[in-house]
Amino acid sequence: METSCWQCGGPSEQSLFCKFCNSLQPPAADYYRFFGLERRLSLDAAALQKRFYELSRLLHPDRYSRRSANEQRYSLEATAILNDAYRVLRDPVARAEYVLKEEGFDIGEQRSKNVPSDLLEEVFELNMALEELRDGDASVRPRLEAELGRFDSMREEIDQELAALFERYDRGCQRETLSQIRGLLNRRRYITNLSTEVQQELENR
Amino acid sequence: MAEPLQIDFGALEEPRIAGIDLGTTNSLVAVMDLTGPRILPGEDGALLVPSVVSCSRNGEVSAGSPARELLITQPDRTVYSVKRLMGRGVADVEEELKLFPFRIAEGSESVIRLNLGEKTFTPPEISAFILRQLKKNAEAALGEPVRRAVITVPAYFNDAQRQATKDAGRIAGLEVLRLVNEPTAAALAYGLDKRKEGVVAVYDLGGGTFDISILRLHDGIFEVLATNGDTHLGGDDIDNRLLRIALEDIASEWGDDLSANAEAVQLLRRAVIQAKERLSFVPFTNIELEYRGKKYQREITRELFEKLIADIVDRTLGPCRNCIQDAGVTVEGIDEVVLVGGSTRIPLVRKAVENLFRARPHTELNPEEVVALGAAVQAGILAGHVEDQLLLDVTPLSLGIEMMGGVVSKLIHRNSTIPASATEVFTTAVDGQKNVLIHVVQGERELVKDCRSLARFDLKDIEPLPAGAARIEVRFLIDANGILNVTARDLRTGKEQSVEVKPSYGLTDEEVEAMIRESYEMAEADFAERQVREARLEADAILRALEKAKQNDAWFALSDGERAEIVKVENQLLLAYHSDDHLLIRAQIDYLNQVTMKLAETMLDTAVKAALKGTKID
Repeated sequence: METSCWQCGGPSEQSLFCKFCNSLQPPAADYYRFFGLERRLSLDAAALQKRFYELSRLLHPDRYSRRSANEQRYSLEATAILNDAYRVLRDPVARAEYVLKEEGFDIGEQRSKNVPSDLLEEVFELNMALEELRDGDASVRPRLEAELGRFDSMREEIDQELAALFERYDRGCQRETLSQIRGLLNRRRYITNLSTEVQQELENR
Repeated sequence: MAEPLQIDFGALEEPRIAGIDLGTTNSLVAVMDLTGPRILPGEDGALLVPSVVSCSRNGEVSAGSPARELLITQPDRTVYSVKRLMGRGVADVEEELKLFPFRIAEGSESVIRLNLGEKTFTPPEISAFILRQLKKNAEAALGEPVRRAVITVPAYFNDAQRQATKDAGRIAGLEVLRLVNEPTAAALAYGLDKRKEGVVAVYDLGGGTFDISILRLHDGIFEVLATNGDTHLGGDDIDNRLLRIALEDIASEWGDDLSANAEAVQLLRRAVIQAKERLSFVPFTNIELEYRGKKYQREITRELFEKLIADIVDRTLGPCRNCIQDAGVTVEGIDEVVLVGGSTRIPLVRKAVENLFRARPHTELNPEEVVALGAAVQAGILAGHVEDQLLLDVTPLSLGIEMMGGVVSKLIHRNSTIPASATEVFTTAVDGQKNVLIHVVQGERELVKDCRSLARFDLKDIEPLPAGAARIEVRFLIDANGILNVTARDLRTGKEQSVEVKPSYGLTDEEVEAMIRESYEMAEADFAERQVREARLEADAILRALEKAKQNDAWFALSDGERAEIVKVENQLLLAYHSDDHLLIRAQIDYLNQVTMKLAETMLDTAVKAALKGTKID
C-alpha cells in the first residue's frame, strides 16, 4: 500500500486528496471506503445521492483538464470508481451482491439457474403455457399476464425480507445472515429471469 | 502620431477553447464570452457552415458554402452528409448507398474511402476539412489562434463513430479536449439560467441522426439518466422520400429517368428541401425544377407531406419510450421537453413530441444553434470559467466481450454514468500459450453476431505457463468521451501487460498520424502558395512603378551604367517571378528597391520642386 503522496511526498492517509499539498491521490478501490461509509447493507438513498454529487464535483475529469497528467489520470480512475460504486451501492440487490463477494461468498449466476424447490410445479405449468402461446394459442395470455403480476408481488415480498435481513446483518455482521441473503438473492434473480422471459414472449406474439 | 496604449485582455488568459457542432447538414463553432456562449460567424457573416466538401480538378479542397454550390455543378467532386459514414464499414452502408451519391473507392472495407474526383479521402479526413474551415472562421472572428476544441457527437454514437470524430479533430490540427453528446450540450445551453431542479427530456432530430436523452438537473449538475436513439434517422430520410416521389413523377411526365443524373438529382434535392422547409410555415407549396428547358412542378400539401413522413416520425417514438423506461421515470415525472435539430421545426414532429410527453416543448433557442452553444458552455467548464455546472453523461450502448459459443458477456451496461469501468481476469487455455485475444463488442443483444464489433485486444508476450496458471487482469474503462481504453496487468508479477489494439472499424493510430502529417504538409503547401502569391503581387507593384518611372525625366538623368544596372536587376526579378520560391522573389524585390533608390529620390526631388514651383506666388 502506498503511504506517501506522489506529489509532495507527505504521509498519505487513505484519503482522496493529500492533506499537505491537496493534490489528488490514486483512488482506493473499495466502494464503501470510497464513499467514506461503513460496510452496511442498509443505506440512506438520499444521503448517498448527495455524497455522489459532492464527490463528482470534486473528482470529475472536467475539473482536471488544466492539471498535471498524473492528476488527470487519477481523476479519470477515481471518477470511474465513483460511478461504479454509486451504481452498485444505490441498488440494494447489487449492493448486497457486492458485500457477499467481498466477504468471500460465491455468487455465480449458475446458482440462480436451479429451480427453487417450492416453485417446481408452478414453473412446470408456466412452461406448458408458454409452449401453447408459441404454438399460437392466445387463450393462455390472461393466465400468463396474471402470472406476471404474481411474480411482482413475490419480488416485493422478497425485497421486504431482504430489508429485514439487511438490518439484522448491520447489527451483528453474521455470516449466517449473509448466507440467508444469498439464498433470497438467488430466488429473486430466478423470478426476475422468469418474469422477463414471459414478458418477452407476450410481447413477441 | 503615437499608438494609443493598448491592453490586450485576451493575451492575459489562456487561448480560448472552441465549441464545435459537427453536424450532418450544417456545422457551427461557438465560444464562451463573459456574457455567455456566442456563435462565431464565417467571413460571409453566416453562422451555419454547410457540412459539404469539394475537391477541384487541381486538388484544391473547399468546405462550407462554396462547396455547397459545387454540389450542383460538380456533384462527382463534392460530398455531403459524410457524418453518416463516420466509424462505419462498407457492409454497414449498403442501404445508404442506394440513396446517397457516395462514391466508394476500391478496397474500402473496415474503413470507407470516398472518391472526390481523382483523390480519395476517408470520412474523418473529409470531416477534418469542415473542422478546419470552422477553425479558420473562429480564428478570424477572435483574432487569435484556436488549437483546442470540444466537439459534439450524437449521444447514440458508438465507440468507432466517436473515435472517428476525434480522429477528424486531430487531422484538422485540433486538440479535442472532450466529445460531448449533442442532446446533453443542448441541455447545458438551456440550463444556463433555468430551473435548478427537475427532469428534462431532450428530443434531438437532426439531418442524419436522432437522439433522445433524459436528464435530472440538480443544482448545476446535469445528470443524464438514460439515452437512446438511431444514428441513421433524420431530415435526410425525409428529403430522400420526397426526392424519390419527385423523380418518379418526372420519369412518368418527361419519360426520362433522372436518377442517374447527379446534377439533376442535386437540383431536385435542393428543391424538395426548400419545399419541406416552407411546409413548416404554410399549408401547401410547390416542388419546382427547371432542367434543360423542361419544367416540373408539383403541389404538395402539408397533409400529404405528413402522410409521407409519418412512419419516419414514428420511428423516433420507440427509442423515446425505451429511454423513459431506462431512466426510471414516467411521462408525468418529466418536467420539461427541449427540441433540438432542424427537423424539429416540422409541425408533425412537434405534435408527436407533444402527444408522447404531454407537454409543450421548449423552442426558445434556435434548434440549429443550441448544440454549438452548449459545446461552448462545456468548453467554458473545461477552461475553468464555468464553475457551478457539471455534466454527468452515460454510455449509450452496453459493452461486452465474446465468450465461448459466440455469446456476449456484458461488462458495462448501457446508461452507466461515464467514466465507467469493469475488470476481468483472463487466463490461458493450453500449456505454454503466449497470447490471449479478447474480442470486445457493443450492443444489447445476447449473441456476438448481433452486436457491433468494437476491437480485438491482443494480450501479448504472456509468460509460458501450464494452462490456466497465467492470471491477466484486464481493465476496461470508458472515459468521459465515451471511448473505451483497455489496460492489462499480470497479477502474478504485478507488471503491466502489453495490449495490442486492432480496431474493427476505423483508422489505426499510425494511419491517423500519417493523415496528420499529410494535412500539415497540405497546410504548409497552402501557406507557401499564399506567400508566393503575395510576393508576386508585390513584384507586380514595383515592376509597374518602374515602367512608369522610365517615362520620367529622372530616368534620363541617370547615367547609362545606372540604367543598365536597373534593367539587369529588373530582368532578374522577372525570372524569379515565375519560380515557386517566395523568398527568391522577395530578395529580388529588395535588390530592385536598392538599385532604384537614386531614381526614386530624384523623382521625389523633382516632384517636390515642381510642387513648390507650382504653389509659389509671384
